[in-house]
Amino acid sequence: MARYAREVAVVAFAQSDHLRRTDELSEVEMVMPVLHQVLAATGLKAGEIGFTCSGSSDYLAGRAFSFTMTLDGVGAWPPISESHVEMDGAWALYEAWVKIQTGEADTALVYAYGKSSPGSVRDVLTRQLDPYYVAPLWPDAVALAALQAQALIDAGETEESALAAVGARSRDAATANPHAQLRGPVPQGDYQVRPLRTGDCPPVGDGVAAVVLAAGDLARRLCERPAWITGIDHRIEAHSLGLRDLTDSPSTRLAAERAGVFEAPVDTAELHAPFSSQEIVLRKALGLTDEVSVNPSGGALAANPMMAAGLIRIGEAAARIHRGASRRAVAHATSGPCLQQNLVAVLEGDAR
Amino acid sequence: MTAASPPEVLRAPLVVEFPFTRSLGPVQSAFLTGLREGVVLGVKTSDGKVMVPPVEYDPVTAEEIRELVEVAATGTVTTWAWNDRPRPQQPLDTPFAWVLVKLDGADTALLHALDAPGPDAVRTGMRVRVRWAAERTGAITDIACFEPYDGPAGGAAVPHDGSFAGAVTGIVAEARLDYVYSPGRAQTAYIEALSERRTVGERCPSCHKVYVPPRGACPTCGVATTDRVEVGPAGTVTTFCIVNIKAKNLDIEVPYVYAHIALDGAGLALHGRIGGIPYDQVRMGLRVEPVWTEGGRYPDHYRPTGEPDADYDAYKELI
Ligand SMILES: [Zn+2]
Repeated sequence: MARYAREVAVVAFAQSDHLRRTDELSEVEMVMPVLHQVLAATGLKAGEIGFTCSGSSDYLAGRAFSFTMTLDGVGAWPPISESHVEMDGAWALYEAWVKIQTGEADTALVYAYGKSSPGSVRDVLTRQLDPYYVAPLWPDAVALAALQAQALIDAGETEESALAAVGARSRDAATANPHAQLRGPVPQGDYQVRPLRTGDCPPVGDGVAAVVLAAGDLARRLCERPAWITGIDHRIEAHSLGLRDLTDSPSTRLAAERAGVFEAPVDTAELHAPFSSQEIVLRKALGLTDEVSVNPSGGALAANPMMAAGLIRIGEAAARIHRGASRRAVAHATSGPCLQQNLVAVLEGDAR
Repeated sequence: MTAASPPEVLRAPLVVEFPFTRSLGPVQSAFLTGLREGVVLGVKTSDGKVMVPPVEYDPVTAEEIRELVEVAATGTVTTWAWNDRPRPQQPLDTPFAWVLVKLDGADTALLHALDAPGPDAVRTGMRVRVRWAAERTGAITDIACFEPYDGPAGGAAVPHDGSFAGAVTGIVAEARLDYVYSPGRAQTAYIEALSERRTVGERCPSCHKVYVPPRGACPTCGVATTDRVEVGPAGTVTTFCIVNIKAKNLDIEVPYVYAHIALDGAGLALHGRIGGIPYDQVRMGLRVEPVWTEGGRYPDHYRPTGEPDADYDAYKELI
């Protein structure tokens, strides 16, 4: 606990059902029920929250400044202290955690959402690539992940049957997750971009997640078994794919080291691995053994609402601690092509 | 007042296009101009590594790097992925492989497409060469793609001063994304009512304010607004401005008045143009009503109703 100035815990987590499309809902209509649910779990009212931070991307729905609209769902009048990151909500959680560490807030509401259904997310994500050398070629997200998967296969670190097993295990685990988009046996399917088949790729869908953070004794009052964030760190690698060893994730490993992952065993890992091949890379970077329960929620292969799926990993790990199913968990979030940016958090319950 | 019923979901195509103009630094300028001239350039880092495509700062030391070198247009595939169904703006419209290629003389790999007859003809370690585009402009697409190659390998990188006549100093990054936009429950109801020349808002169940147009949430209370309320058609000018600049593609004579108008029964003002009255006679409190044009999907403008002005106290909370 001495790593940081203040003890901070995830005290509540809520998420929507993740669906292929939600045409009948505007973004704020989609977000609001989840905000109500997460606040209700703590008994806090929106006006009592010290800091609010969200993660989303305008490019998904093709709407400029869409996050300002979803603030209507928070109740932003009278004025609140608020911020936004144009990326996964896990990074919004990091910003909120820093805000609490500085003493400027004791509680934070963090939420994230992605409405991918209006556009083609494969094409949309090409716009985050280097605009000079890469984006003009329009390599889509599946293509880039497939290059990484082939590199792993060439290196002898996996094979197509092992990738299929990752997908099958994830969707099997998701049968116990009522929010997941894909549950139970899903055909491995045809190649999307070889060597990745449909079953190796995440579903495209719309969804929302929200988390409440609280500091110290307040966290103990709001939650019977707080999920203490005993370590959190995020790291980035060179943007050029041709500079990186795609079979490894040094940024994940470094973030994990700084977050203290390797100081004691973990029993649970919630990994943001939208492609089956990325789980292979992350397991290696985090040194996970077979004793660790990996993605008991089903992970991103069962539901991958863009910009929320990383925050959901933190939320799922925390929820497992809340209900006593985990003592020490690692949660991971990623952003960018082929695991370019990685955030790692350690969550722990009080010993009992 | 009626409870909101499930709407027919409105959907419409939404196209987002943007031509970002980007300037190039000395290294990117040399690289892209080189492609136009059929020359592939890289940069050499302080520890002697050759990076292709070149970067301006060493990714390990963050040191500025400017030492340009020329590498071969032949190379080796370091990883690949077979793309059976090319997407619209990708380099080839027939099935192809995405490849990372380490050009002879380079230590890093370049992402591009490889034209090959099928996945069985592609493997990591295969030899390839650049196929140049017929017309070259100084862009990464000047490399049309790579193609299989069984000739001799190129040698080590050789120094190059990076200067070409008519250097490319910028690129236009064209992009187009296609969406299908759905406005959601609350705004669908608003738009559908407009088609019947009615204006509907939604009331907050907590503070009772009526939002027009409704977005489905009360930003003060953070709860869903669900009770649909018809407002107007007449309203009161709460504040206004006089526009003296003619907008492009807008056929309205200047000066004209743009105003906030609180429709009767609404909890906040919406905005619209005021017509049918000289611009310098528009005033706060003026009572106005919407004017629809044939086939119009929303009021073209608002004109005076001829009623006496509203009392300031009647609208001061809505300014
Ligand atoms: Zn209200």
